[in-house]
Amino acid sequence: MKEITLKMWKKIDDIIQRYKEKSGALIPVLEECQDVCGYLPMEVQERISKGLNIPGSTIYGVVTFYSFFTMVPKGRHTIKVCLGTACYVRGGKANLESIQDEFGVEKRETTGDLRFSLDSVRCIGACGMAPAMVVDDDTYAQVSKQNIMKILDGYK
Amino acid sequence: MGRINRDQLNEIKSRGKNIIDIRLGKVSVDGEKHLMVGGGTACHASKSEPVRDAIREEIEKRGLSQRCKAIETGNDAFSTLAPVMVVYPEGVYYVHLTPDDVDDIVSEHLIDGKLVERLLYKDPTNNKPIPRMMDIPYFSNQTLITLRNLTLIDPEKIDDAIYRDAYQGAAKALIDITTEEIINQVKISGIRGRGGAGFPTGMKWQFAAKSEGDIKYVLCNADEGDPGAFMDRSVLEADPHAVLEGMIIAAKAINAHQGYIYCRAEYPLAIKGLTIAIEQARRYGLLGKDILGSGFGFDLEIYQGAGAFVCGEETALMISIEGKRGMPRPRPPFPAQEGLWKKPTVLNNVETLANIPQIILNGGQWYAAIGTEKSKGTKVFALAGKVVNSGLVEVPMGMPLKDIVYKIGGGIPEEKRLKAVQIGGPSGGCIPLELLDTVTDYEAITATGAIMGSGGMVVMDEDNCMVDIARFFMEFCQEESCGKCTPCREGTKRMLELLTKITEGQGEIDDIATLEELAEMVKDSSLCGLGQTAPNPVLSTIRHFRDEYEAHIKDKRCPAHVCRALITYIIDEEKCPGCGKCKRVCPVEAIIGEEKVVHTIDPEKCIRCGACIASCKFDAIEVV
Repeated sequence: MKEITLKMWKKIDDIIQRYKEKSGALIPVLEECQDVCGYLPMEVQERISKGLNIPGSTIYGVVTFYSFFTMVPKGRHTIKVCLGTACYVRGGKANLESIQDEFGVEKRETTGDLRFSLDSVRCIGACGMAPAMVVDDDTYAQVSKQNIMKILDGYK
Repeated sequence: MGRINRDQLNEIKSRGKNIIDIRLGKVSVDGEKHLMVGGGTACHASKSEPVRDAIREEIEKRGLSQRCKAIETGNDAFSTLAPVMVVYPEGVYYVHLTPDDVDDIVSEHLIDGKLVERLLYKDPTNNKPIPRMMDIPYFSNQTLITLRNLTLIDPEKIDDAIYRDAYQGAAKALIDITTEEIINQVKISGIRGRGGAGFPTGMKWQFAAKSEGDIKYVLCNADEGDPGAFMDRSVLEADPHAVLEGMIIAAKAINAHQGYIYCRAEYPLAIKGLTIAIEQARRYGLLGKDILGSGFGFDLEIYQGAGAFVCGEETALMISIEGKRGMPRPRPPFPAQEGLWKKPTVLNNVETLANIPQIILNGGQWYAAIGTEKSKGTKVFALAGKVVNSGLVEVPMGMPLKDIVYKIGGGIPEEKRLKAVQIGGPSGGCIPLELLDTVTDYEAITATGAIMGSGGMVVMDEDNCMVDIARFFMEFCQEESCGKCTPCREGTKRMLELLTKITEGQGEIDDIATLEELAEMVKDSSLCGLGQTAPNPVLSTIRHFRDEYEAHIKDKRCPAHVCRALITYIIDEEKCPGCGKCKRVCPVEAIIGEEKVVHTIDPEKCIRCGACIASCKFDAIEVV
């Protein structure tokens, strides 16, 4: 999990100060704090709760309502391993496992250095290229244990 | 220049007369050329920025900067052709540009005065080039009011907008006429809410104007969320001042002094453009205190949405600005009485507001002269799907759908048969081929079971399965249901289950009746527009395409060959030479057969991924 550094806490406090007197400030505050930290863990929500004098339950309710907010950090790159039927039988699952082993993350998690967020997807319609993998906006065909790390090396 | 008064506004406008006349093709001055490079999200995505930079560089290098200017507009209307450029005064339209084309345009067009034929738009029916933008049927059949500045101004320059009459309507509303007269003109114009529901804008303003209270708000709904719809985004990117001006006029009409634009965070370019426009308007004193020396003050802020479709609903949007979970509340009280922070509030959609300045400037009668008896003016649609020309189209109300699809859209590609036109996205419905004479009119479209909606228009051909389409939209509504009221939360889920079951070949004959019953119940008893309209795609497809539902259920067959559980791949013995190509690409080894012998597909193993069809050079694989 990514640590909230002292510098980040300082920025969070500045944001809270700036919006303190404004009504309806919660969503912009959350947006800006997420820009600072990359995500909104409980401790950040608690700090905002004290600062704006809004109950923590209300803040948690807002964070979980809007799809822009996340309570787990997002990596700089997103890997989506296709597990549609064709990809599955051609080794998509083995590919997923090799990424999990290499980086020590599970599905829907992010590596400690925030390099990758990992997820699987249902069919992406590239069955002829199976097994397929999507990194950010790039689709890769015939991914295998032999080439998978080489592909990911291109994303720092 | 700092704050300006009305005379100074007119002075700026008259300074730009020549510039605009060149761009309108009215005059030609000493070989002056304006190269309007398309910007906007779609053009940027097709790499228009390097083209723009290359043109500016080349003009500079050849010493042409005195008479040739490259200006970036917010134009990405004809999306399939992006990146595009219009050269004025001749109005020549160049398409699919790359930085490599710039050299030819500069040396041939700008220096030698000849057209670069290979970059012109070609008529798809005979491949003949059509040089002028306004001769291309896609544009010549449109009526541009909302999108009138698409190719004519730099949206980041307020003076450009002022050259094209921006803030003239506001000046008239603030200085020349009474608030009653503003509302009266909007009522005469007959304009109805372009966000989808079609409530008369003038009436909405009148209710809010009559509400007691010192503090009132004007809101702009820019939370455009229907999948595939981007009308409002384009207006904001191409002509942000029209929206700001519309809000100033609305504010004067109801006596509000503060406004918000609620824009979805997925539109970064629109937010950037709006921010620039607001700063420039403030500098000229067109926002803030004492606008144009009229004594009236109004200012506004942008509020970024955080990704919730339901926040496009008016009460949810206001609750979201208040910093809470954006869940709708029952009405009454209506926002005109009790809206944002419990104060009287007017909420209008981007497209509605963008029309207001011209209605005030030219009078309500002028606007009411366009359209049908009950639907006035124009409507912008995002035309997409199985149609040759896709992009934004603005048409007068009353245009038959078939004219939009065939005259503007250029018909259906690959000689396929049109099946239906889907209007109104997840709240709308499918209008079948037999009803394609239906005109764009709120009542006429509602009579078919669809709705006018915010402007999504998707053309479907024989390869689209109507049950699958209904399932797609239901999945969207189910995911976006906020969960506050039971009919929507549970009803959309149950309907999605039934539709999924039918597309997977497990449907039973009673399912259609159950779907209809559920749909009517959700429609009647949901709290807000999301739930009340979510069943429309189901009901309209059952109404017009019941035979497709029955084929899925009774015959376990998908007539459009879309639903994977209901199709089989077979190899035509006559056509297959046994080349082995399909066998090699099949991801699940479902194809068997010796070399040079007809192959066969094992239906048990086949996952219907289509890889074999794509690989076969002999068209030997069929879907049945």
